[in-house]
Amino acid sequence: MKLIINGNEEHHEVEHLAELLERLEHTASSVATAVNGAFVPASQRAAHRLKEDDVVEILAPMQGG
Amino acid sequence: MQIAGVELQSRLWLGTARYPSPAILADSIRAARTDLVTVSLRRESGRDRAGQDFWAMIRALPVKVLPNTAGCYSVKEAVTTAHMAREVFGTPWIKLEVIRDPDTLFPDVFALTEAARILCEEGFVVFPYTTPDLSVAERLLDAGCPLLMPLGAPIGSGMGLNDPFALRTLRARFPEVALVVDAGIGRPSHAAAALEMGYDAVLLNTAVALAGDPVAMAGAFADAVQAGRTAYTAEPMPVRDMAAASTPMLGKAWLE
Repeated sequence: MKLIINGNEEHHEVEHLAELLERLEHTASSVATAVNGAFVPASQRAAHRLKEDDVVEILAPMQGG
Repeated sequence: MQIAGVELQSRLWLGTARYPSPAILADSIRAARTDLVTVSLRRESGRDRAGQDFWAMIRALPVKVLPNTAGCYSVKEAVTTAHMAREVFGTPWIKLEVIRDPDTLFPDVFALTEAARILCEEGFVVFPYTTPDLSVAERLLDAGCPLLMPLGAPIGSGMGLNDPFALRTLRARFPEVALVVDAGIGRPSHAAAALEMGYDAVLLNTAVALAGDPVAMAGAFADAVQAGRTAYTAEPMPVRDMAAASTPMLGKAWLE
């Protein structure tokens, strides 16, 4: 399915958000996720089903002022 | 000083952005003698480890982290970012920034107070980046913010304390509230002036990160903050409009 991941169009055959993170090699990292502008806690990623054209944001700790 | 029951040793809080390198950032944090740094959340791909490496470095330092909602232009954006930050950083502390104008990066005070109300009700400890305006300050405190962080000047401008009258007014009106000047500080003298005024701390980033020698500048800011605080507690002399001779006239010779 087509997904917009961090602003980029990508195609992945996955069912749930947790599976997508694993596919993108985020499993061991500290990230926060949102789908279509809504925060998806880590505890809900395995149950969060993705669908075509979902907008996924994967955020990590970064420098900030 | 204490914020929401947590003791902080340093009155100099440091941002972590725009440094020439991670090593210089780490050395600057040490030279600043700070125990609080600000951080953010930004996009990262799984193969790009920059964010994870940064987080590992920060966690190895003896500092607390204050996540920010930098770049948020709406209540929804700021609240969602705060939720995400709480999960990643493991803290309910949030430096709340809700911006309206992209040139000045001044707060949207209406959205700011609404977002502050929502987040305080959810148990966040909200550090609001605000204007030095009494009405906004009262609303933020009513919303549950335990402190106020009025700007000195536009973010990254280095101009210093553009409206010392407004800052002094806030200090006088809220003597029991922790006040921290956030944004626009450019030189250690600006930081010293804020502390001399009775402000409890300053938060700065660009003034150190873009200095010719960030590590030396971080040390200079640490010294300036300490000097300003000492000066404040030592009760500076009152200001006069006219001169008052410091050398006594008694005993002066007549030499006409």
